[in-house]
Amino acid sequence: MIWQFDLLILALVVICAIATITVRDLLAATVIFGVYSFLMCLLWAEMGAVDVAFTEATVGAGVSTILFIAAIFRTTRRSKD
Amino acid sequence: MKTLALLATIVTGALLLYGTRDFPDWADPQSPTSTHVSPYYIEHGVEETHAPNLVTAVLGDYRSYDTMFETVVIYCAGMVVVSVLRRTRS
Amino acid sequence: MKRLQERANTRPAGQGLIIETSVRIMVPFIQLYGLYVIVHGHYSPGGGFQGGVALGASFILLGLAFDLPTTLERMSERSNALLANAGVLIFTGVGAMCAILGGYLLDYSVLTAIIPMAAAEWRSLGIFLVEVGVGLAVMSIMVSLFWDIGSAGQMDEGL
Repeated sequence: MIWQFDLLILALVVICAIATITVRDLLAATVIFGVYSFLMCLLWAEMGAVDVAFTEATVGAGVSTILFIAAIFRTTRRSKD
Repeated sequence: MKTLALLATIVTGALLLYGTRDFPDWADPQSPTSTHVSPYYIEHGVEETHAPNLVTAVLGDYRSYDTMFETVVIYCAGMVVVSVLRRTRS
Repeated sequence: MKRLQERANTRPAGQGLIIETSVRIMVPFIQLYGLYVIVHGHYSPGGGFQGGVALGASFILLGLAFDLPTTLERMSERSNALLANAGVLIFTGVGAMCAILGGYLLDYSVLTAIIPMAAAEWRSLGIFLVEVGVGLAVMSIMVSLFWDIGSAGQMDEGL
């Protein structure tokens, strides 16, 4: 556990989380959410929980992003509010 | 209304951060989580289940009741999506 | 030249020769990797859930690069439903078999009554059977979720 590395990843996680809820374009929000999942995966791998990191990489970043995109294709692209 | 929401978020976040002060340190050998069942798994896991990856041994054998209903939950979710959305062609 | 351009313009969004060819090459390796993750879960990170998602992702990738009927050729609706049920039934069946033979639920060591082996070996084999069940169920559920959400349940063309 290297605290400089930890701090960098955590800062990027917070930035991605804020960007996900502020961005207007739904597709962009989904892609940033995928980036968030990958950063969490990196954090877990760095803390030694490799199984959890693997699950996060496959489910969180892979399949759930695709399912979000598939749902967005059935809606209008830009958020109304 | 927006400032109220922001205030509520900040107060909740500060309370949660205050709560994490009581957590044990990362990988602390004296914390309650690593003094009760973890030593048993580490000492007897390989000889009892022949699975060198302890996570698999715990998920598949010691705590398989949990894993079983996790699978059932995923199955139920899939079946609900199928029954709500799918239109069968005749 | 003009006809080529016309065909390129009328192609549905997201489809192209490069994508189709590279996906055609990648998919078998992804499936092999998914099987490896399931089978090798005892020794390395991974297990039924992760391997099942990787297997399902290979079909989803086919559906993204081509269209939905292509995935339906590879795995029909009927076999998808069959695999989902079979996966859950393998898991609960192994657990119930332990209870029927007189042990606790999901205590694989009592299964020595079926095939005489050491108790620890049966527990190892029991973990493997359970992981295969989880992998089958998760794979088919992920594929069917993609079908239903991607085509709004119409199962015609997909994204």
